[in-house]
Amino acid sequence: MDAATSAYVIDSHVYEHDEEGYLKNLSEWNKELAELIAKDEKIEMTPEHWEVVNFLRDYYDEYQVAPAIRVLVKAMKKTFGPEKGDQKYLYELFPYGPAKQACKIAGLPKPTGCV
Amino acid sequence: MADDAQQQVKKSFMYVNRKAPYGTIYALEALEVVLISAAFEQDVSLAFLDDGVFQLVKGQNTAGIGMKNFSPTFKALGDYEIRQLYVERESLEERGLTSEDLMEITWEDEEDDYAKKPSIRIVSRMELTEVMAQQDVLLNF
Amino acid sequence: MSTLHTVNKSPFERSAFSSALNHLKPGDAVLMIEDGVVGARKGSAFAGLLESAAKSCAIYVLEPDLAARGMGETDVIQGANLVDYGGFVDLVTTHQRTQAWL
Repeated sequence: MDAATSAYVIDSHVYEHDEEGYLKNLSEWNKELAELIAKDEKIEMTPEHWEVVNFLRDYYDEYQVAPAIRVLVKAMKKTFGPEKGDQKYLYELFPYGPAKQACKIAGLPKPTGCV
Repeated sequence: MADDAQQQVKKSFMYVNRKAPYGTIYALEALEVVLISAAFEQDVSLAFLDDGVFQLVKGQNTAGIGMKNFSPTFKALGDYEIRQLYVERESLEERGLTSEDLMEITWEDEEDDYAKKPSIRIVSRMELTEVMAQQDVLLNF
Repeated sequence: MSTLHTVNKSPFERSAFSSALNHLKPGDAVLMIEDGVVGARKGSAFAGLLESAAKSCAIYVLEPDLAARGMGETDVIQGANLVDYGGFVDLVTTHQRTQAWL
């Protein structure tokens, strides 16, 4: 396998990912890796991005599932209020699909039901 | 117009779970199908009978078998607007289980200040038969 | 508003058969397919259960599956009807819903 297309590499650390860029081993995730994945996705991580990424990791930790976008919006709304629990807000942060992109950066599998 | 059409095709789907988790892939596959189906905004409910009731038993620990413990995901179903999990009383009794052995699964009522309401309903075999007979679509796993 | 229940496992191996019979409503139909046809055999340990179900429900057996297992019309319980694949389709279309016990 070609490491350049099947893994993220930081220094000499190799983090394998699937063909769509989702990390294979959740436990390998770290903030530096998240920054690297974000860069691949052309996203500059701000505190607002981190808030979503951390929220997703907590959600996954509790429920063992990456939430679908509709579910993410609802859960964000409950925790952070209607301004952030909003599809438009999340799309502004993650233009290519908040659930998909933010999950990838968070080192989670692709949300079930996303095609 | 498209919204109207969508309204008209809203159907009731019941996913019928009859297998214990981990021994076969049925339970996990059912759960994945349920999560996917939630995106289509249908009226979804789940039934647990026969060995399927073991899917909801609390305290599952899969560390020793090298498989993912997916039981916490049932607690996310409320977020997916799946609020009806029917559990057959006779199936519990036959297996020496009571409602005390099951996980607490709730949904949050946004209209009621996010009050947590129980999703699990223990029903008799006869009641479950009636509920199944009212569904548009039954999918067994 | 009745339901077609299909059963595709032998009652000697799995509980699909007994679970289906436990959840029948009068007027429902049961169709035995694949290894499920074993449950329709007359004189078997499960024949009595199926015969009592036959009092309020129609019982069908998929003939090609029965033939494949060396059985025919004379080997199944009284009151069971044999159907071919076309008959299977007719049963699906004439019932409100299908529940596939497996």
